[in-house]
Amino acid sequence: MTTTSVQPKPVPWQLGTVTSIRPETPRAKSFCLRLPEWRAHLPGQYYTIRLTAPDGYQAIRSYSVASSPLDEGEIELTVDCLVDGEVSPFLHDVVEVGDELEVRGPLTEYFTWRGTSPLLLVGGGSGIVPLMSMLRHRRRALPDVPVRLVYSVRSPEDVFYRDELGDETTLTYTRRTPEAWSGATGRITNEIIGPLAWPDGRAYVCGPNGFVETATGLLMECGYEPDRIRTERFGPS
Amino acid sequence: MATRGFFGRQRAPAGVAERLPPGQYLEEGFPVLTAGATPRVATSEWSFTLDGLVGERRTWSWEEAHALEGSGFEGDIHCVTRWSKLGTSFAGVSVDTLLDLAGVDEAATHALASCYGGYTTNLPLADVRGGRAWIVWEYEGRPLPAEHGGPARLLVPHLYFWKSAKWVKGLTLLDHNEPGFWEQYGYHDYGDPWKEQRFQGD
Repeated sequence: MTTTSVQPKPVPWQLGTVTSIRPETPRAKSFCLRLPEWRAHLPGQYYTIRLTAPDGYQAIRSYSVASSPLDEGEIELTVDCLVDGEVSPFLHDVVEVGDELEVRGPLTEYFTWRGTSPLLLVGGGSGIVPLMSMLRHRRRALPDVPVRLVYSVRSPEDVFYRDELGDETTLTYTRRTPEAWSGATGRITNEIIGPLAWPDGRAYVCGPNGFVETATGLLMECGYEPDRIRTERFGPS
Repeated sequence: MATRGFFGRQRAPAGVAERLPPGQYLEEGFPVLTAGATPRVATSEWSFTLDGLVGERRTWSWEEAHALEGSGFEGDIHCVTRWSKLGTSFAGVSVDTLLDLAGVDEAATHALASCYGGYTTNLPLADVRGGRAWIVWEYEGRPLPAEHGGPARLLVPHLYFWKSAKWVKGLTLLDHNEPGFWEQYGYHDYGDPWKEQRFQGD
């Protein structure tokens, strides 16, 4: 038997078909895409969407997968609509079920969960999306893995995947709480995150840059060594 | 194939379009992208070391590095996450100056940059020579902020910006290629923005 060094193949572009569109919040929608060359992603990975205008101009952005890789042949991407954006408003306002979108993925293997236990997820705003892939996959594939989710949102109407959040989730509202809310309010602090930290296992942190900076600092104060923390940042600094 | 209903609302203005590599858009801000937490390194604790296949292993303290002949870069930078920023300016010291002082073994072909916080990235040696790479501690005339890699970062602006390692603390010269942090997670070994070498296999 001979061993040969394998040259990595480029991840191909393919045309996905939109099979469903579901509003998550007034500003966010989940798009289900059926892919002809689907391959199982790792929870946390993302896809790139490429839009092409009639004159050949292209706009390209990346979106995290929200679904479990057990959903064979399909991916769900949840897209937050950015007011000044170019791609997200198009996806929100123009794309309909049955449309074809050019996508490439799944991409990169850093912010990925391969079943390590226990699991701490810390999300700010639409940073919940790749964490939801981990949460959904854990529920279906590895339900014995202990998990806690800390989820920071501005207001009650900004909560993504509301019906799927259970006992594992600690919500904090930074601007406005639901009526008669007795849980956490304001930006994440040691009081919120400290009791939820695990002595081992990884923490996955995703959100705007400032949120990730704060959260990783708090996690290190709670005993998380830097190599137990994985981060994904988005948006303007 | 055109996407149904998409016309694009932004076109890069004349003078900008030809400076944007394929698949990049113009960014006016300076986004922060870091794997993990931001290391805080005091200049009194910072040093930079050249080792591996060098004539003589050399380490420079903050003051010693600043005493070397200064060098700067003015131009465009390109992040693999698709933003490009035009007309940036950085100042520090040319990697050539450091390599000349340490000496380069004939067998050296590659360099592996290492950083406070554990980040690494790999480059062909040729790409950090010939006035194309710097260790920089100033951005737009001010001290480089920690979130952008301060007190000092590597700057290799002709490659995607993940090669410009933040919080750099050394370069190790090798006689072979050794993938760094992002390269092990699926990013391209070389990363030429004009050839769109984003991921392994591109």
